[in-house]
Amino acid sequence: MHNPALVILVLIPLVGALAVFSLKQEQAKLAKLISLAVSLIVVVYTGALGIAYDVGSQADRFQFRGEWTWIKVFNVQIAVGVDGIALVLVAMSVVLVPAVILASWNAFDSRSGAEEVVLPGAKQRSVKNYFALLLLLEFFMIGVFVATDVFLFYVFFEAMLVPMYFIIGSFGGPRRQYAAMKFFLYSLVGGLLMLASVIGLYVTTGSHSFSITYLIAHPMPDNATQKWLFLGFFIAFAIKAPLVPFHTWLPDAGAEAPAGGAALLVGVLDKVGTFGFLRYCLPLFPAASRYFAPTILILAVIGILYAAFLAIGQRDMKRLVAYTSVAHFGFIGLGIFAFTTQGGTGAVLYMVNHGLSTGALFIVVGLLIARGKSRNVDDYGGAAKVTPILAGLFLLTGLSALALPGMSTFVSEFLVLVGTFTRHKGLAVLATTGIVLAAIYVLYLYQRTFQGPVRESVAKFRDLNAREVFAVAPLIALIIFLGVYPKPVLDVINPAVKATLHDVHQTDPVPQLGTAGGVK
Amino acid sequence: MSHLLLAETAPIHAPSVAYSSLSPIFIVLGAALVGVLVEALVPRAERYAVQMVVTIGGLTAALVAVGLLHNTAETTVAGALAVDGAGLFIQGSVLVLSVMSVLLIAERSVDVGSAIVASAAVVVGSPTDRRLARTDRVQTEVFPLLLFAVAGMLIFPISNNLLLMFVALEVLSLPLYLMAGLSRRRRLLSQEAALKYFLLGAFASAFFLYGLALLYGYANSVDLPAILNASKASPKSDVLLYVGLALLLVGLLFKAGIAPFHSWTPDVYQGSPTPVTAFMSSCTKIAAFGAIMRVLYVGFNATAWNWRPIVWAVAIASMAVGGIFGLTQTDLKRVLAYSSIAHAGFILVGLVALDKDGIASVLFYVLTYGFSTMAAFGVLMLVRDADGEATHLAQWSGLARKSPFVAAVMTVLLLSMAGIPLTSGFIAKFYVFKAAFHVAAPLVVIALIFSAVAAFYYLRIVVLMFFAEPPENGPTIAIPGWSTAVALTFGMVVTVVLGIFPQPILDLAAKAATLVG
Repeated sequence: MHNPALVILVLIPLVGALAVFSLKQEQAKLAKLISLAVSLIVVVYTGALGIAYDVGSQADRFQFRGEWTWIKVFNVQIAVGVDGIALVLVAMSVVLVPAVILASWNAFDSRSGAEEVVLPGAKQRSVKNYFALLLLLEFFMIGVFVATDVFLFYVFFEAMLVPMYFIIGSFGGPRRQYAAMKFFLYSLVGGLLMLASVIGLYVTTGSHSFSITYLIAHPMPDNATQKWLFLGFFIAFAIKAPLVPFHTWLPDAGAEAPAGGAALLVGVLDKVGTFGFLRYCLPLFPAASRYFAPTILILAVIGILYAAFLAIGQRDMKRLVAYTSVAHFGFIGLGIFAFTTQGGTGAVLYMVNHGLSTGALFIVVGLLIARGKSRNVDDYGGAAKVTPILAGLFLLTGLSALALPGMSTFVSEFLVLVGTFTRHKGLAVLATTGIVLAAIYVLYLYQRTFQGPVRESVAKFRDLNAREVFAVAPLIALIIFLGVYPKPVLDVINPAVKATLHDVHQTDPVPQLGTAGGVK
Repeated sequence: MSHLLLAETAPIHAPSVAYSSLSPIFIVLGAALVGVLVEALVPRAERYAVQMVVTIGGLTAALVAVGLLHNTAETTVAGALAVDGAGLFIQGSVLVLSVMSVLLIAERSVDVGSAIVASAAVVVGSPTDRRLARTDRVQTEVFPLLLFAVAGMLIFPISNNLLLMFVALEVLSLPLYLMAGLSRRRRLLSQEAALKYFLLGAFASAFFLYGLALLYGYANSVDLPAILNASKASPKSDVLLYVGLALLLVGLLFKAGIAPFHSWTPDVYQGSPTPVTAFMSSCTKIAAFGAIMRVLYVGFNATAWNWRPIVWAVAIASMAVGGIFGLTQTDLKRVLAYSSIAHAGFILVGLVALDKDGIASVLFYVLTYGFSTMAAFGVLMLVRDADGEATHLAQWSGLARKSPFVAAVMTVLLLSMAGIPLTSGFIAKFYVFKAAFHVAAPLVVIALIFSAVAAFYYLRIVVLMFFAEPPENGPTIAIPGWSTAVALTFGMVVTVVLGIFPQPILDLAAKAATLVG
């Protein structure tokens, strides 16, 4: 198995990043163009892979597999491959990158002064480094989803922190040093616990293999060791996701990161956590997953409600969006650990939709902040009359965040709730109230910023130009398209989720998606 | 009494010496002697160049000799020296890193003259002293001193005989005490460092000697295999054995800078000339770990149940001291000193494994750590203000604005020390933890937690360099001469390459993981 397709996909952004790093400081314009071109090439390439992906394949769980020996002493391979879950997440990530690049086109040009909160020293920020870091981040993001070797995954998982750390620390808001440090340390602690589990897994399986396909085929015996190893992985992913109570870094990091960085941080990096639940926690530690599932489900529901209340109370717009994400991750966690096909499929679709919708939300919030130079909701009001296009896009992304029917987020939220309801009725009912709270925080935010009398400071706002519209519009188009016609994506996700549930020895209490009737 | 009489009458057989197996040691000692002659005979103007040729030539020749010996596994000089895979790997590592140290010591363009004072014996603050600080006169005794120390470091890790190990310990230590006092700037601090190192070092040596005497009392021999056999067979009380081992370990742990015998490290690292600190923190540490490994694995293999808890305890103490006290430091050389204490703890974790994997992982770790720390001290030499090196943390803020390249190099080295993937530090940490996991899973988890603690202060430096504003009248970045540039580039490249393609060196370490007794 030496299919180079995925390795090429991973390497394109890396080559782009190195090319942009090697440019001169003055060649900012060229840096932007190269970055955009590279990110679009990646989108096209991923699209081609998506077409080549065999949805109905029964032969192999992972497709486009490539395996090469990396470190023989540790039995580590450069092993890549995608199943339905990984494929849709890669697709979501690569779509988000050009949007972010477009949206932050002028964010750090001293000339236009479009940086949201003007800081001393902002002029000296290296524009090309920002775009190079974005591409470097894309390299790690794709790598982390396509890796099918636990060691390789860990390498990407940890190394991914470095570009994000520099994006927050060098280009973020006033408290960027604190936020960058907090982000890095939280993730690092989780990562190191996971490393302990990775080593433990390697040593206790006796086979001394890191290959996921091997580990899935040879699950561990149900014992205390399995629970410990599960916890190592779980805490790492729960911090990354983040699941309450491991979430406290996200509001800081999300608020201080530049809007584009925040979109990728919450849209993609955090998905690595929930992706990790599905790819590593469930198949590798089936018994422990079942053992801990009730606790995790309760945490997820607490997260949904608690974060939603906190979001309602926020005046800092970026913090607000960050808290909405914590609530959404509660839904994803719920869907995954409900152990039903609907729940699992819904959770994966939720990850994709949330990436697109929160990514878009961070971008439009960033565009608004770039105009008002403040993250505080109270500094805005009546902007809809001045900037109708921005208001329209803001409302659409907001509605997708509250899962309005017709938006793709509705499909996924509905699936998660139905999937949960079949197994845990009470939790599903509690979680459903989260939807009401979501309506409150989204509409309340929109009302305070865009409705009402036009404030003096808002009156001079410039509406979106074509570039800014092009950054957001494709994301919204995708959200609506998937809301109306989610079948192609669901068809890709479904077999992978079924396979994962099979690994945890769980069958649905109710019939599968798309089949009618039936009893338990 | 009868023993003594017998000894008087029995003829003394000269042991056979495998000269070829010991050739690296002879080459380095020979080069050191030539260096002394150069000091006496060659005119001052040419000494620097000649010493460079002799030193680097000698070290390189010794390295080649080590390479040629790679398949050797034998004991010689009546079993007192063991030339085996692990010993040769340690010797090779010491030699490579000492060449880099020589390159750093040879740096003459960042400071007037060099980092080494022209005349160390002058009273600090006297008119002569002030004049000396300004001249570009250099004294070149430091090169033969370094060679003598390296010779000691080559014997130290291959000694199967504790008395010989003690001699090697002294041979490597005495030149180091002197070299610590040779700093051109901050003379007083440097002299304090030298005196402190000497006094505490002498103390530690005495402990070692005491332990050796007790072990002789137990086993009737100072050969490690003999001690092993005695501990296996002996029905007599083990008190002498364990007290002896404990005292022996005090001496060894002191040299390796492991808590609770670490207190000299920050002061000596700070006071010594930076290239000498680089030499101490890499080569001395490697040699000391080689010796610790040999003592524990060859001499005390059978009694592991009894000493393992002690190694656990000192490993945890070392990681805790290095991690926690490192957080409070404001001087970069002290930060790196505490970092070296923490890393010593991580290396001990690998030693606990007591198998081939354990040996190989320790070998790999000491080598990669040596490269990273050597290069990090090299970077420290470049950031200067009017008083010499600017090692206060505050002076490093905003460094990336002045020199993105230097800041980037330092960042890679710090990330490697923090154990972030795609650097050699990660592979090394992974290897020692993997080796130790099956016997000491809780220790591995503790070590991982302390890696996170230590990561905090490495990141703090990165935060300062990249995200903070530069101070008024901040330090300048000196343009390094060729020798420093070569050493720095090499250290940096090795750190990155071994993070991405560690296979060849891992293979080498795995192949070398044998200790003959």
